[in-house]
Amino acid sequence: MKFLCVECDEAMVFSERQEPGDGTFVAAFTCPKCGRRVAMLANPMETQLVGALGVKIGGKTLDEPPMEFVRSKMLGRDDAFVEGQSAISGQQSGVLNADGPMRPKWSPDAQSRLDRVPGFVRGMVKKIYADYAAERGIEEITPAVMDRARAELGLEGM
Amino acid sequence: MSVRSYFDLSQADRSGLGEQIAQQRRRVTDRLAAVRSVVLVMSGKGGVGKSYVTAGLARALAGGSGQAVGVLDADLRSPTVARLLGASGPLSVTDDGVAPALGANGVKVMSTEFLLHEGQPLAWRGPSEERFVWRGSLEVGTLREFLSDVRWGALDLLLIDLPPGADGAVELGALIPNLTGALVVTIPTDESRRSVSRTMRAAADAGIRLLGVVENMSGYRCAGCEETQPMFSGDAGARLAEEFCVPLLGAVPFAVNGQAPLQAIAVRLREALP
Repeated sequence: MKFLCVECDEAMVFSERQEPGDGTFVAAFTCPKCGRRVAMLANPMETQLVGALGVKIGGKTLDEPPMEFVRSKMLGRDDAFVEGQSAISGQQSGVLNADGPMRPKWSPDAQSRLDRVPGFVRGMVKKIYADYAAERGIEEITPAVMDRARAELGLEGM
Repeated sequence: MSVRSYFDLSQADRSGLGEQIAQQRRRVTDRLAAVRSVVLVMSGKGGVGKSYVTAGLARALAGGSGQAVGVLDADLRSPTVARLLGASGPLSVTDDGVAPALGANGVKVMSTEFLLHEGQPLAWRGPSEERFVWRGSLEVGTLREFLSDVRWGALDLLLIDLPPGADGAVELGALIPNLTGALVVTIPTDESRRSVSRTMRAAADAGIRLLGVVENMSGYRCAGCEETQPMFSGDAGARLAEEFCVPLLGAVPFAVNGQAPLQAIAVRLREALP
C-alpha cells in the first residue's frame, strides 16, 4: 500500500501508526515535499481483516516474539504459558546482563499497569516493552514509555 | 486528475505485506527443516477416531520403534489428542519458541487444549460482528504458529491430527513445504466411505500424497472371549484403498485395549515413509 500526494505527485512516507484500543487503526503518512499529512482510519472490521493475516501495516519494527499471533488474537487461559529464562533474564535488574544487552527495570506504576494485562499475553507484552526500551537505551520502563511504545509499535490493548 | 499507479511509484512499500507473508512461510520452513516426515491424519467425517488413531500411532512409533515423534492437534475447536497422550501444560516460552508438552513415550504435543480453559470454546479477541469473515484466517494463522513457533527439534515424524473435512488438509498442504502425505481414517459404513472419498479427492487434487487408509471401529472385540464381532456394516476401508490405489494399512476393532492393531499399522506406516 502506498499513498500519493496528488498535488506534489510525490509518494507519501509512512510516519506513524496507532491502535487506540477501540478496535480501530490509524496509519499516518507525510508528503516529503510539502509536508502535508494524511491519516488512514480503518474501522474494526478492516483492522481485524488485516490483523488476521498476521501482518503489520507500516512494517514490523521488532522481532516477533514466539506465538505473537496466537497470544494476541486468541482468548486463552492466563496460565497457559510460563516465560522461560532466556525470554526474561535480568528483566528486573536494569543492568547489563552477562549474556545479553541491558534489560530495563520497571517502575511500580508501569509494573502495576503490566499486571492488569491478561495473563495469556502478559509475558509477551512484557518482553515487547523490554525489547523496545533496551533497543533505545531506556533504563526504566514507566507508563510514559509504555504509551510511547504503544503509539510507535501499534500495541492494541497492551 | 491524473494519478500514478502503485507500480509507477519507485519508492519502497514500507509495509511490505507480501514480504511479511513470505517471512511467515520461511519461519515454517526453517522450523520443520529437522523433521523427516510430516503426515496429516484426515477424514471427511467426524467421530471416526482420527485422534485415537493419531495418538495410538504416535505412542506406538515413539515406544516400540524408538522414533522421535511429534503430534500437532489441528482440531483447534475440539482438541482431544493431547489428553489421549497424557500431555498437559503450561507451555514454557523462550526467545527460541514454545516448548511442546510431553506425552506418553516422550511424544511432543502442541494443542489448543493447553491454551483454553476446560469447557471454554475457541474464541478470538476483536469485534464479534461478521466474525465468520476472518475466522478462517485466524485459524490458519494459529496453525502456522503451531508449526513455526514450537520447538519441535529433530523429529522422525510429525503427525498432524486434522478436524473433519478437506479444508485443513488443503490449507496445511499449502503451508508445509516438506509435507510427506496424508493418512486417511474411516469407519466401515458406506456413509463414511462417501464422505471420506470426497476428502481424499480434494487432498489428491491439491497434490497431497495419500499414504494409505486405516479402517477404525472395524468390528467390536469382546473383552471376554477376545472374538471380534461385526459393529457396522460395510467395507469402506478396502473400497477407498482400491478406489485411490493406496494400501489399506489396517483395520482397528473397537476395543478397550486397541494397542496391538495400531502397532502393526505403525510399522506399515513407517515402511511407507521416505
